[in-house]
Amino acid sequence: MLTKRIIACLDVNRGRVVKGVQFVDLVDAGDPAALAARHAREGADEIVLLDITATQEGRQTLLETVRRTARRFFIPFTVGGGIRSGDDAARVFEAGADKVSVNSAALADPSLIDAIGCSFGAQAVVVAIDARRDPQAVDPVRDAQVFVHGGRKPAGRRAVEWARQAEARGAGEVLLTSMDADGMRTGFDCELTAAVSEAVNIPVIASGGAGSVDHFVDVFRRGKADAALAASIFHFGVSSARALKEDLARAGVPVRLLC
Amino acid sequence: MRVTVIDYKAGNLASVLKALGHLGTETEIVDGPTSLDAAERIVLPGVGHFAATRRLDETGLTPAIRAAIARGVPFLGICVGMQWLLEGSAEAPDQPGLGCFIGRCERFPAGSEKVPHVGWNSLGIRNGSRLFAGVEPGAFVYFTHSYRAPVIKDTAAVTQYIDPFAAAVERHNVFGVQFHPEKSSETGLQVLRNFVEFSPC
Repeated sequence: MLTKRIIACLDVNRGRVVKGVQFVDLVDAGDPAALAARHAREGADEIVLLDITATQEGRQTLLETVRRTARRFFIPFTVGGGIRSGDDAARVFEAGADKVSVNSAALADPSLIDAIGCSFGAQAVVVAIDARRDPQAVDPVRDAQVFVHGGRKPAGRRAVEWARQAEARGAGEVLLTSMDADGMRTGFDCELTAAVSEAVNIPVIASGGAGSVDHFVDVFRRGKADAALAASIFHFGVSSARALKEDLARAGVPVRLLC
Repeated sequence: MRVTVIDYKAGNLASVLKALGHLGTETEIVDGPTSLDAAERIVLPGVGHFAATRRLDETGLTPAIRAAIARGVPFLGICVGMQWLLEGSAEAPDQPGLGCFIGRCERFPAGSEKVPHVGWNSLGIRNGSRLFAGVEPGAFVYFTHSYRAPVIKDTAAVTQYIDPFAAAVERHNVFGVQFHPEKSSETGLQVLRNFVEFSPC
C-alpha cells in the first residue's frame, strides 16, 4: 500500500538551520547535514532543504551545504530557494538534489517548470505555493490567494488555479504552505489543502501549522494530503519522525515504519 | 569491483553514483558503445521519459548492451531503465525496448488514485530472488512513475497501486527495478549490494 509521507524540512540561512515564528525571531537549530541525517535515521521519508534568504552570496553556501547534506542519507532530497533558471536547477541537481522546489521564479515565468522537467523529468520539479485564505472572497478557501516574498506580496493568482496550471506545465508535485497556519502549531489548513489536492492529479504536500499528531491525521484524512511537511516540531526533539509515524500507524494512517 | 553506469542524458546520475560509492564500489560513466567491451557490471539508471531510451539506439549502446548481457555481464535497469528491458511502453509506442522480458508498460489507469505513483510502497518478494536476498517481505521502497510493467513469470517483486504491477524483474544475469534503490534507504542499499555482490555462475 502506498504510504503517507512525512517530510522533514530544514529552513537554511547562511548554511545553518533556523526556525522563525511568523518570520521573525530566527533561532539557530543546528547544522543542516547533521539534522538531515538524524531525520533520515529516525524515519523521515524525505528531506526538504529551503534556502530562506537565497541571496547571491548565499548561493555558493547553498551548493556547498547541499553537497555536504546529500552525502549523509539515501532518501529523496528536495532543495529550494533562489532557483531562477534551468542552470540554477542543474547546479543543485549536480550537488546531489533529487528534486528542486520552485516558487516565485515559476510564478514570474511558468515555462521554468517545463524547462526543468524537460531536462530532469517531471518528478524532479516541485512547485511550492504559499497561499492565504481570502477573507473578502465569497469562498475564502477556493479563492485563496498566492503570495510571494515571504508572504508579503500577493501574486494576483488563486492557489487552486496556479496548482492546476503548474500540473499542466508538468510539475511533479505541489508543496502547499498555508501562510495563515505557518508557525502557529494549531494544525494544517485542511480545507485549503483538500481544495488544491482535489483540483490536481499530482501529489500535494501540506505544509504549515503542524503541532501535534492529530494535525497530521487530520491533513491526511480531511485535507486529502499525500504528504505532510514539518520543520520545527522535529528540530528540537518535540517529536521524532519515528514517534510521529508510530502514532499515525496507531491512528490507522498508512506509513512506512522502520524495523 | 567496477560498475559501469550508462549515461543517456535522461535525468541526473548523482544519486546512483553516490549510493554505489557508499557501498565501496568503483564506478565509471559511459555514453558510447565501445566502453562496454570490458564492463564487469552495468547499471542503466533512468528518470524521465521512455522516449529518452532512443538515445541508446542512436549511440549504438543497444547492441553493445545486448552483447554484454549475452556474455553474462550482470545488468541492472532502474525505473525507465527497467521498463526498457521489456518490449516497449505506451509512453513512447514507436520506441522499442530491449525485449529481454515479455510485456509492455502501460499507464496507470486514471480515476481512483493519483497518477503518478509517488512515494514509499511495499514489496511482495518472490521466493528465491537473488536481488532481494536479506530484504524483509513487505519492505518499503521509493517509487515515482506513471507507467508500470505487467506481472510476468520473471517478476521478482510485486507492488500494489490501483492494480498489482512488477516492482522488479530478474532472470539469470539481468535485473530491473521500477523503484529507486538509490533513494530507498537501507532496503535500497541492500538491493544494490546484492546486485554488486551477485556472482554469475
